Amino acid sequence: MSNPNAVAVLQRAAELRATLTGQFRDETVKSIYAEAERIAGRASHHSGTARYDFDQRIDRIVTSPIFGLPIMALLLAIVFWLTVAGANVPSAMLASGFFWFEDQAAAVFTNFGAPWWVTGFIWHGVFRGLAWVISVMLPPMMIFFPLFTVLEDLGYLPRVAFNLDFLFSRAGAHGKQALTMAMGFGCNAAGIISTRVIDSPRERLVAILTNNFVPCNGRFPTLILLATIFVGPLVPSAVASIAAAGTVVGVVLIGVVVTLAVSWVLSRTVLKGQASAFTLELPPYRRPGILRILYTSIIDRTLFVLWRAVLTAAPAGAVIWLLANIFVGDVSLARHISNALNPLGHAIGLDGVILLAYIIAIPANEIVVPTLLMVYLGTGMMTDDVSLEEIKRLLVTEHGWTLLTAVNLMLFSLLHNPCATTIITMYKETLSLKWTVVGTLMPLGLAFLVTFIVASIW
Amino acid sequence: MSAHDCGSCSINAELARMGVSLDKVDRVVALAGNPNTGKSTLFNALTGLKQHTGNWPGKTVTRAEGAFAFDNVRYKLVDLPGTYSLLSASHDEEIARDFLLFGHPDATIVVVDATAIERNLNLVLQVLEITSRVVIAVNLMDEAKRKNIEVDVRSLSRDLGVPAVGITARTGDGIHGLLEAVAGVSSGSVHTEPLRIKGTPEFQRAISELVPLIESLAPGVPNARWIAIRLLDGDAEVEQALSSGRLVDLVASQQETAQRFSAKISLQGTQ
Repeated sequence: MSNPNAVAVLQRAAELRATLTGQFRDETVKSIYAEAERIAGRASHHSGTARYDFDQRIDRIVTSPIFGLPIMALLLAIVFWLTVAGANVPSAMLASGFFWFEDQAAAVFTNFGAPWWVTGFIWHGVFRGLAWVISVMLPPMMIFFPLFTVLEDLGYLPRVAFNLDFLFSRAGAHGKQALTMAMGFGCNAAGIISTRVIDSPRERLVAILTNNFVPCNGRFPTLILLATIFVGPLVPSAVASIAAAGTVVGVVLIGVVVTLAVSWVLSRTVLKGQASAFTLELPPYRRPGILRILYTSIIDRTLFVLWRAVLTAAPAGAVIWLLANIFVGDVSLARHISNALNPLGHAIGLDGVILLAYIIAIPANEIVVPTLLMVYLGTGMMTDDVSLEEIKRLLVTEHGWTLLTAVNLMLFSLLHNPCATTIITMYKETLSLKWTVVGTLMPLGLAFLVTFIVASIW
Repeated sequence: MSAHDCGSCSINAELARMGVSLDKVDRVVALAGNPNTGKSTLFNALTGLKQHTGNWPGKTVTRAEGAFAFDNVRYKLVDLPGTYSLLSASHDEEIARDFLLFGHPDATIVVVDATAIERNLNLVLQVLEITSRVVIAVNLMDEAKRKNIEVDVRSLSRDLGVPAVGITARTGDGIHGLLEAVAGVSSGSVHTEPLRIKGTPEFQRAISELVPLIESLAPGVPNARWIAIRLLDGDAEVEQALSSGRLVDLVASQQETAQRFSAKISLQGTQ
């Protein structure tokens, strides 16, 4: 109470308030509502209710307590199945094309007498990093993002929030966290920014800290590739892509369960509190605009993510080439580091090279698989045939991968620390170094714990 | 500006989308409305920006700014967060309310969902309490038609005392008429008489006593009447703002605030 004049005005206002009829606020609100009703009644007329009923009938099914969650899982499975089934062939074609080009370009360089390390650094380092990232990531994104945007445009996302609300509120989190989680499928950094829709600071922090547990689009290609190579062949080939899609859905569901579990633990320990109530409007279903969907999903999402990956893949490719070509003694730097990481890697069912790939890929999760392949290949080249079989042969026969490696790598990819962009976003949104560190190290610790347990009981 | 009678100039009036080129704008237009009524779609249609729109409430979490020109007048368009009211303490309502009170918009477009007029009117009536330079954009006219809802925008306009225009932001239907109304209201050539709650004689007496007190306390305050109503209502936040001097600061720094925001937000808006 600094200003005496202000105090006087407030006092006068209080006195005047007393002269008004008892429930002034109620009166105001009531008169606003009455006015709105009167004006709306005059201005809008409703003839027949067919369309409205139709929306409601759909909602009764997709948000029903029995069918709601299964329908959601089914839709997710369809999206992933289309992505898995559609992305293989173009991926292999892109890779073959790029590597053919790499060979030709390197040959031209050699013919013109360029030193081996120039050719190697540019073509087998930087260019190969880019080639891997584009061929592994672009096709699945071109399929996944438009499909996801259709669901968003249709108005399905709020229904997801509606379906999951009871789970989130039981975990002590805000129901809108389901929305921010869904945005995390696109990009965790975007998901974290979208937590601004949550008013309560406590619940918002819970949403920020757990957003990382849904795989972002940068991590989907990793999951899809592993599921296709390792899970697909376990079943008859006719249903291989369905099994692969099912596996990815399974991993996503594990992510949702972890999100709920971590939210639950947080709201009972360091972030104590109750879930607050909120109203969520279920918007009418709207026919998605094809052009807008293509624009949003291709320009805003696909190219945005791809460009970011390209920016990090080029230097990563260079780093990998250097690590593989600088020798200390008889052994390359890459081998030295991965050997040092091996004990830790083996303890959690992975190996040193995988951990090295994750370290190099901290700027962007997208490039984990390309990095991995490049480190395994070292200075060597892939044969002309860059098919999935070839990749599998490399991983299984030459580097001893098993189903456990694949499963743990998927789990590790799901749970481990967020990428650099997400970490920076987390800091910008919380303005707290402490919570940024928690949001970074807590998932990493969890990833090690879970994969260690799985490897131990396998 | 009243020489600008837009009944005659509109023949050649064209919309020019100017994206984020926000320097040297002539007028500022705010865009308010309930969540999920298509504010961002309208924003994109007018500015040519590609702010991400999505069919879920609360999609626009920050204030976004863009620019357009109509009939050779350059406008800055400020997309406010979607809110159901302006009375609660939530973050997005505060952003919307503060901008309407202190951002000095030359006109405010309130986007209304044609299929849910009644619910949307609550916000409209609250905005009319704060500013009289309002244009109602009745959006989603195509959806209303599909649902067999007829909307009489003239009746709406007559009752509310401000222009109301039916539009379909997605297809661009009615945008031209909306811009003519915005041009008229923001230039002052169209006179508005916003509907405001009259209340009892005691209420009117109380308001007329409080308004001069508030004006002397915070010289230059844009809407003392609204603050008086909030005080009579016992709005703790407004009381707080008055006694701590925050209100005075806000009034004093209005111009400055508006400029500081625009630089920051225009960056966010383009993401």
